[in-house]
Amino acid sequence: DFTKSWIIILQTVTLIPGDGIGPEISTAVMKIFEAAKAPIQWEERNVTAIKGPGGKWMIPTEAKDSMDKSKIGLKGPLKTPIAAGHPSMNLLLRKTFDLYANVRPCVSIEGYKTPYTDVDLVTIRENTEGEYSGIEHVIVDGVVQSIKLITEEASQRIAEYAFEYARNNQRASVTAVHKANIMRMSDGLFLRKCREVAENFKDIKFTEMYLDTVCLNMVQDPTQFDVLVMPNLYGDILSDLCAGLIGGLGVTPSGNIGANGVAIFESVHGTAPDIAGKDLANPTALLLSAVMMLRHMGLHGQAKKIETACFDTIRDKKVLTKDLGGNSKCSEFTGEICRRVQDME
Amino acid sequence: MAASSAALSLPKVFRPVLGLGRSGNPAKVWAAAASCRREKSTFVPPPAKYGGRHTVTLIPGDGIGPELLNHVRELFRFSCVPVDFEVVNVNSSVATEDDIHNAITAIRRNGVALKGNIETNHNMPPSHKSRNNLLRTSLDLFANMMHCQSLPGVQTRHKNIDIIIIRENTEGEYSSLEHESVSGVVESLKIITRYNSLRIADYAFRLAREKGRRRVTAVHKANIMKLADGLFLQCCKEVASGYPDIQFDSMIVDNTTMQLVSKPHQFDVMVMPNLYGNVVSNVCAGLVGGPGLVPGANYGTNYAVFETATRNTGKSIADKNIANPTAMLLASCLMLDHLRLHDYANMIRGAVLTTMNETRLHTADIGGQGTTSEVVQSVMKNIQSGGPLTTEQI
Repeated sequence: DFTKSWIIILQTVTLIPGDGIGPEISTAVMKIFEAAKAPIQWEERNVTAIKGPGGKWMIPTEAKDSMDKSKIGLKGPLKTPIAAGHPSMNLLLRKTFDLYANVRPCVSIEGYKTPYTDVDLVTIRENTEGEYSGIEHVIVDGVVQSIKLITEEASQRIAEYAFEYARNNQRASVTAVHKANIMRMSDGLFLRKCREVAENFKDIKFTEMYLDTVCLNMVQDPTQFDVLVMPNLYGDILSDLCAGLIGGLGVTPSGNIGANGVAIFESVHGTAPDIAGKDLANPTALLLSAVMMLRHMGLHGQAKKIETACFDTIRDKKVLTKDLGGNSKCSEFTGEICRRVQDME
Repeated sequence: MAASSAALSLPKVFRPVLGLGRSGNPAKVWAAAASCRREKSTFVPPPAKYGGRHTVTLIPGDGIGPELLNHVRELFRFSCVPVDFEVVNVNSSVATEDDIHNAITAIRRNGVALKGNIETNHNMPPSHKSRNNLLRTSLDLFANMMHCQSLPGVQTRHKNIDIIIIRENTEGEYSSLEHESVSGVVESLKIITRYNSLRIADYAFRLAREKGRRRVTAVHKANIMKLADGLFLQCCKEVASGYPDIQFDSMIVDNTTMQLVSKPHQFDVMVMPNLYGNVVSNVCAGLVGGPGLVPGANYGTNYAVFETATRNTGKSIADKNIANPTAMLLASCLMLDHLRLHDYANMIRGAVLTTMNETRLHTADIGGQGTTSEVVQSVMKNIQSGGPLTTEQI
């Protein structure tokens, strides 16, 4: 577009490097974005749990303010401390920004062979309630109840997001995953809401499928699935199942959408403390999440360029990190992608 | 041996009511449970009536159930298996629960059942409970056992899988306790009890020992559901300490599904609560070739019900003669094993596996073009060519 080429608007993104291999893969992503001349201005912030007034745990104010202003975040892996007295950082972030939708597009990576080819689906998981509400009680010694909470609002919100995502990303169908035969009221409510929202999106095909049927069919023929929307627990299990189909958490991108327009994209693997600081990490997951972020921001051209460079590098198999089957360093892998991006100019 | 075990295994009604520990002492509850249960290996099947013939309840169910169970009956008649079926139909579309209660009574009478899946219309109100769930909880069929084995004749992405999945079958997320406290807010209760967790863990370890398996893996989500799955995990650990010859480890359910699709050979025996069992058993069934291949068994202290492992109704392929009868036929073999009719079980199982692996007559779900009746005919031919069972064998 003629007018746009004169005005380069730099968008600010809050970058949370994270722990373990977080800093090095964040540096890798920043380098690749620089090589691609992506109009992104990074604002690095750290998140640790601090006790605010009133005794409630919260993230540092600088981090919150930065995110509220920029609305877009990219996050590396955060370690979950055991017995630290505060909830996990991921949970804290989720609560702070009301990150209600977890989106994981799972696309087979050409060049990284798994028994499953041609996978191209998206799992959209409700991320605030459901089985992970954390409400548990001991009724009598030896009998425990855990409460699964399903609300009309949250179900409506996630269903709307799923259909909008499908429309904005040219996906043909949305499938609601449930177990309403057993959990009649809770999953029944979720399903009803999905059906209601589907009425407003007649251009998208809507189907419903039992969780067990989805699992059964997913491992036999994952190509039959497109966009899947589901409550928290099923989403957790299915999104990891789909990540396993394409090669694991080291190559899977993920995005969390919150209310008020906030979106945080993250790599979902662990902090890998054993290889931290040794230049051995694989930045693919964080890079693909950053690509997802670019698409969310509307910068499709840049996104395609970086994604292609990354996939070409993997397909070529000459410079691969250890987990992908090669023996190159993280910096070498990053350098190769940068080179390819620059060659595309 | 039969007499002494019969004395030990007094009917449950004469034992004091155990379980929900008001006593509060886990050791007491556990000891009571231990003395109450019957050793699976010394379980005495219900006595055969009328001249050495067993009576088994048959519930046709919906979808492909009726046609597959007809084939089972046809095969049993052909093979002269000394089993008579008492057919109890359950109409899934009516609101009353009379049908399923009749079925439950019949199973209490006969002790053993073979069933197809009964459809649950999830658009009916919550008062209309799942008939299958009702059956499992009323008869206290606490253990669902599924043995997933790769069959050489079936094309799959992963080969040589051999996993036993033991799933708690009565509580957990399937407690059917839901309420809407405020309009638009629904709560569903997941119940985990020490009694049932200990029971299922013990079942898993005993089965592992019986079958010479080396490792039991507990699948859970205790990092999030700290109390509920935490209790389940703790019970598994307690039971594991009593079986030092068997290795015990645990894995979080989302990691488990990821590992299953990439490296399934690391698993041996798996034990888990109800919902995770549903997910993991369907994933494993998909890995070995689909819902038409794997049989499942539901065991309780006094009753046993056999069906296909993934409990599909198969409405879309009903009455088209394309359903895969393997799972139901193998389930009937599990039933014959339970009745101690091992020779008949091995004969039929061998014939089914020969059809699958050697003759390679496959139905559409595993990539072939055979019809259900063709497969059953082939099985019968294999049985016939094996010659009659002599009196020494029976």
